[in-house]
Amino acid sequence: MASATVPSHAVAPGVSPPAIERPDFEIVPRRGLPIVAFVLVLLIVGISVNKIWPLMFLHVVGGAAWTVIDLFLGFVLGPIMGKLSIPARVEFTTRLMPKMVLIMPTVVTVTLAAGWQLSTHLGTNQTSYALHGWVVASFIVVGVMSVIALGLLEPANIAVLTELKKPQPNPAVIERLMKRFIYTAGATGLMQVATFVIMTKLATG
Amino acid sequence: MSERRLPPVTQVGMLSLALIVAAVIYMSAHLPQHVALGPAIALLSASALLLAGVVLALFRTAGFAWARFVEVARWALLAYALIAAMIEFVFLRNNTSGGPLIVLTLCLLVFALTVPVLIAFTVARYADPA
Repeated sequence: MASATVPSHAVAPGVSPPAIERPDFEIVPRRGLPIVAFVLVLLIVGISVNKIWPLMFLHVVGGAAWTVIDLFLGFVLGPIMGKLSIPARVEFTTRLMPKMVLIMPTVVTVTLAAGWQLSTHLGTNQTSYALHGWVVASFIVVGVMSVIALGLLEPANIAVLTELKKPQPNPAVIERLMKRFIYTAGATGLMQVATFVIMTKLATG
Repeated sequence: MSERRLPPVTQVGMLSLALIVAAVIYMSAHLPQHVALGPAIALLSASALLLAGVVLALFRTAGFAWARFVEVARWALLAYALIAAMIEFVFLRNNTSGGPLIVLTLCLLVFALTVPVLIAFTVARYADPA
């Protein structure tokens, strides 16, 4: 399975570091692209037909996936990854993170686009809606999460994978970027709790 | 790990992103009703200026791995242009038009440029310039 090696820790110049095997991988898994395309076609169809059930389905399924992945990554997988040995972490990273490159942007786009169409259909984005303040609060929470995810988490994800693709990856760079990934995943996971509070309030009125 | 001296692209890029997200939230909080465009235009302008400024500062940095930056940025741009197009589609589907549509479209354009810059910079800063 191995196609390259990763030094297990930073070493002095001229000293050969002990090498760790890492699996071959694609930064963007091409096999997943048709699935992404299929989901986006579903989204376009759902928005075009503008019926409550498909919009609710796309928004709830997308939102559930988004919150669960963020919480699980931030509070369960993140701390576990932090405690793994370097070889285990490298192998886990090369298997998990390419999938995240496709899953998260797709899930977020579906949730937001279907959610906006749904709120237009239901009239919950009208300023006259009794809980409009809660709707705006959800926009703000999503906005903050987006800035963290798009500005820190996603770049760290891609950069770790790019570093691991190099013939001689720098373990210090991987360590730094992985820390950034895990901390930002925890922060967005924490913010998802606010999403739960807002969405349950909106659902119950 | 050797570090080149680089402009604060991540920090400024995140500020630019935060401003553009604020503009979209402001617009979304008022649409489909009438929305005063002044605050959104101010946020959009500030965001675009920050992005342009930091990219300009990066252009003037010697020894930056531009080949890597461009390689990553073009694929990220494709992905985020697609995401921006999906969001634009929802607004078009709901008959958003005129000034609000123009401002939203420009916001999405800045969004679709900012994220690839952040991703490409994070990758390229650890790459060899050669």
